[in-house]
Amino acid sequence: MVSAKSPERTHAKLMTGAEIFVRSLVEEGVEVVFGYPGGAVIGIYDALHDITDIKHILTRHEQGATHAAEGYAKASGKPGVVLVTSGPGATNTVTGIADAYMDSVPIVVFTGQVALQMIGNDAFQEADIVGITRPITKHNFLVKDVRDLTRIVKEAFFVATTGRPGPVLVDLPKDVMAQKAVFEYPRSVSLRGYQPTVEGNTKQIKKAAELIAGAKRPVLYVGGGVINSGASKELRTLAEKLHCPVTTTLHGLGAFPEGNALSMGMLGMHGSWYSNVAVSYCDVLIAVGARFDDRVTGKVEAFAADAKKIHIDIDPAAISKNVVVDVPIVGDVKHVLRVLTELAGPLDTKDWLATIAQWKVEHPLRYKHDEALRAQHVIQTLGDLTGGDAVVVTDVGQHQMWSAQFYRWKHPRTHITSGGLGTMGFSLPASMGAAFANPKYPVVSISGDGGFQMNVQELATIVQHRLPIKIFVINNGFLGMVRQWQELFWRKRYSHVDISAPDFVRLAEAYGCKAFRVTDPSDVEKGIKTALAHNKGPVFVEFIVAREDNVYQMIPAGQTVNEIMDNPDPVQPPDDGSSKKSRTMVHVKG
Amino acid sequence: MAHSTSSAASTAKPAAEQYGKYHTIALLVENHFGAFNRIAGLFAAKGYNIDSMTVGPTEEPDISRMTIVTHGDDQIIEQIVKQLNKLIDTIKVVDLTFEPFVERELVLVKVQSTASTRAEIMQISEIFRAKVVDISPKTLTLEATGSQQKVDAIINMLKPFGIKEISRTGRVALKREFQGEV
Repeated sequence: MVSAKSPERTHAKLMTGAEIFVRSLVEEGVEVVFGYPGGAVIGIYDALHDITDIKHILTRHEQGATHAAEGYAKASGKPGVVLVTSGPGATNTVTGIADAYMDSVPIVVFTGQVALQMIGNDAFQEADIVGITRPITKHNFLVKDVRDLTRIVKEAFFVATTGRPGPVLVDLPKDVMAQKAVFEYPRSVSLRGYQPTVEGNTKQIKKAAELIAGAKRPVLYVGGGVINSGASKELRTLAEKLHCPVTTTLHGLGAFPEGNALSMGMLGMHGSWYSNVAVSYCDVLIAVGARFDDRVTGKVEAFAADAKKIHIDIDPAAISKNVVVDVPIVGDVKHVLRVLTELAGPLDTKDWLATIAQWKVEHPLRYKHDEALRAQHVIQTLGDLTGGDAVVVTDVGQHQMWSAQFYRWKHPRTHITSGGLGTMGFSLPASMGAAFANPKYPVVSISGDGGFQMNVQELATIVQHRLPIKIFVINNGFLGMVRQWQELFWRKRYSHVDISAPDFVRLAEAYGCKAFRVTDPSDVEKGIKTALAHNKGPVFVEFIVAREDNVYQMIPAGQTVNEIMDNPDPVQPPDDGSSKKSRTMVHVKG
Repeated sequence: MAHSTSSAASTAKPAAEQYGKYHTIALLVENHFGAFNRIAGLFAAKGYNIDSMTVGPTEEPDISRMTIVTHGDDQIIEQIVKQLNKLIDTIKVVDLTFEPFVERELVLVKVQSTASTRAEIMQISEIFRAKVVDISPKTLTLEATGSQQKVDAIINMLKPFGIKEISRTGRVALKREFQGEV
């Protein structure tokens, strides 16, 4: 039976499960629910009808709802909430749930379910969503008794938002939502099988500090955990105290301002030359809230092979999963960084920083400057015009990597993307969710012409709510990243990557969105300025860019820093145009 | 597993190494709908080996005990324990391998028997302290418990008579308690 703690608020009146559910959301402080009604949740939608504390956003597809919840969670730090019906409503959330699981995004997905006695009978709109989502949720629940409902809702939010965040699904059978009970919302949660470690082990932190003390070439390798933990300030304090260069993963972008001289930008497959080389030559690698993903490490045995490694992460299972480390520290990075900063002394890294500074000059991120309009130019201009004060939500593919490379990231929670799962179609709905979180900065959605077509239906939702999102589509008429791989590794056999599209500007206009197209490089600045100035609702801008362009620098999958491919094209400005080698061997002193 | 068919000369060291690879993991889990699936699913999804997996109630009605025998290198075993711990439904996870523990398995063996072999089978049964739990003109069904090696041994001894069916429970285990200073 339910081991409910002493109830905080008791309403003696009997309420239906649906009413209890909606009241529970209010108790959890939920302000926005992204959802889509249907037969199995019709009772819940009826209860929702009377509630003014919760804004329900009717998306145009349940996948859109899930990504919107992710965007909301990532922009605000609060859990995103989804409510959908059973069967197809539930299965349509699967991609978003898997995405949230890979990227540690706290969302709670409530799915309708057929009545308990119908479960297993292949009833209309029945799907075993608890079974389907078991491997892609942090935890999931089937509510079998209305008296368990409040406890389960409370636990769902607790599990989603604590420890390493992640998606939680709660399946709500129709008859349970009609059962009556007294509404009692529990004050606290007690899950004996779930007690995340928050404070790091002091002995381990001391060991880390000792290791750092001997470092000559340290590198801080920073992931999304720093942003989830709200530890950007602590990170900066540590980096500046140690004089330690910082490189971030895709999800770490924004955790450390790229304007800071210690920043090396992003590492990994499409990371900067200097960050990858620095990691490969460092003697102490301090991994903070990162998980040694294969897109970061390349060939795992060669990744920072000579470095002593410290790994700070709240998830014990993330430690020594891909790379065995010397000093593991399990805990919330914010706490651990604070203690570590007290214990670790300043380092003399002058030579190391000078070497890196020289690399930055010798091997900058660059692209071809010619008469063609290029995505990199669009993104760099966006970065210049916003000064980094925007929430940029990217999709998946070339434009995503160029955004990571050429926008100068400044603040945490301003870079939102689908990293681990790599879900095309993520940006548009996620930007909508971000906009509903009322961020300090304007929201910009960037997609390619492929990904944009995957969830384009959410334009209707965005227009309906007059969300002032700047929607950019970088159109090269190709599934560009796959085309790039086919060009580089599959003898230029372009197999099914040439993708057609409707007239996007007219399409956006049909949805009721202000829209225009930029085709000339000289119009880029004007176009972006116009978009940034338009705040009455969404604005759509299509950039027709060079059909074939590649993301450089690139370490081919599973390879090492020695195989880095740099942009082989002549580039401007001419003063660094001297190094045109596509493959560069690296030599580093001491 | 460690059948004695491999060359006898090299038994000492490889056997120890091989033993090191097998781990008996004891779990206490919430007696919830789906908890067993979650654990079995984890092994399937991550590609971990399962040599045996048992589940049963404990003295607490809302807690089940599971015993999982698995193998893999140290890094994999470390991951298995961590991933099991990560599940919300697991209350306690202990790798018993490096502590003293008691481990038992039960087997039911239905073996072909005739009037002339029955006595011999029952003699073997006695040596292993097995029980006859069913008898027919052509078969004997024996119940034996013991370590996995003992269960393997009785099965091997019965093979020549013709085994019709075997049902093994898989292993259950408990940590041994400290017995005081000796």
